[in-house]
Amino acid sequence: MTYTFDFGAVLDRAPELLWASFGTLGLSLAGMLLALVIGILGVVARTSKSDITRTLVIVFVEVVRNTPFLVQIFFIYFALPLMGIRLNPTVTAIIALGINGGAYAIEIIRGGVESVSRGQIEAGFALGLHKADVFRLVVLKPALRAIYPSLTSQFIMLTLTTSVCTSIAAYELTSAAQRIESDTFRSFEVYFTVTAIYLVISTLMMGLFALVSRRYFNYPTR
Amino acid sequence: MGPIGENEFFFLMQGLKWTVLLAIVGFIGGGIFGLLIALLRTSQKKPARTITAGYIGIFQGTPLLMQLFVVYYGVALLGIEVNAWIAVAIAFTLHASAFLGEIWRGSIEAVPKGQTEAANALGLHYVSRMKDVILPQALKISMPATIGFLVQLIKGTSLAAIVGFIELTRAGQIISNQTYRPLLVFGIVGAIYFIICWPLSHAGSGLEKRMAKAAR
Repeated sequence: MTYTFDFGAVLDRAPELLWASFGTLGLSLAGMLLALVIGILGVVARTSKSDITRTLVIVFVEVVRNTPFLVQIFFIYFALPLMGIRLNPTVTAIIALGINGGAYAIEIIRGGVESVSRGQIEAGFALGLHKADVFRLVVLKPALRAIYPSLTSQFIMLTLTTSVCTSIAAYELTSAAQRIESDTFRSFEVYFTVTAIYLVISTLMMGLFALVSRRYFNYPTR
Repeated sequence: MGPIGENEFFFLMQGLKWTVLLAIVGFIGGGIFGLLIALLRTSQKKPARTITAGYIGIFQGTPLLMQLFVVYYGVALLGIEVNAWIAVAIAFTLHASAFLGEIWRGSIEAVPKGQTEAANALGLHYVSRMKDVILPQALKISMPATIGFLVQLIKGTSLAAIVGFIELTRAGQIISNQTYRPLLVFGIVGAIYFIICWPLSHAGSGLEKRMAKAAR
């Protein structure tokens, strides 16, 4: 083996990688927020009296969860212009990430809401708690605690999925990697470095989520 | 705009063949190495636990697309002449082994401690304890999550398109460029993935519900 590694060519582009990391963080943050909104709206819509609304939500969840994100982003990228909506790749990517993450969020949030038992709510009222307090302390906090682990790991998954947005040339880490690769021909070094950056990002996110969890959900349940 | 005829459909089916093959290779290869990872991860030896924890952490903390790129170019660096197919298959095997290893670790740990103690009391050694007592029970517990990961893996094979591998998604992209009918083509491609993945997801969640009921 005569190959000599040259990470210097990649490190020369460090500022570009730093900015692209912010691109990745921005995409994932916006995607998470949209996913959360879709998740909450979806759960509310699933309790609707209309059969059609409920069925639509179920179909949405099943279709999104059983098709690849790459196919979804291609579909959205080509469908929006046909509807007369011209958006830049970044906004298209956020919509695709939000829709994908939203379908998973609906299922996760629904599970959390269902986990709060009727008896708990009745007990809350029997103790003389105010309606707002029953919602905040008996319904919301335990439900949030129940969904927190799955929701946050879904968010980390969403951050890793932003890499696929390079396929529509959104501004993020993977597209920067491909640009640097075609300039330097240092394929392995570029992708190795960028993989390490993703690992740092997801590890930091995991740590942050764990910190929040320890701060807000650190109480015994039984 | 061009029509979607027999030729285009045949081309999609060719792509589908590679999608299915990639998923099967990834699942079987990942299953074999995943079992090893799970056993090391639950072993008595701390170094084995630490190393496998790191392995799982790296693969769960980085995008599958990056793993494909790194393995694809990394294998080429080793000086071995490999075609794209083998490089991609290696990447999927590594990816799947980390995820299956973590799923199965959880299942092994979910088997009640009394089972291990009883096996020890009966004088069973490690191999027999695992093979005859722990793993059969762990396998049952892990089924819903394992099927869930298989669905993820099938969807994940679409990323092989980005490293230039012609599977279902890439075949769809090529036909879309030829016929200028992206919505129809990606609609069909999405429908094919759905037809494969949905029954699996359904079986997984059905199993989960049945097990939850049995546990009560």
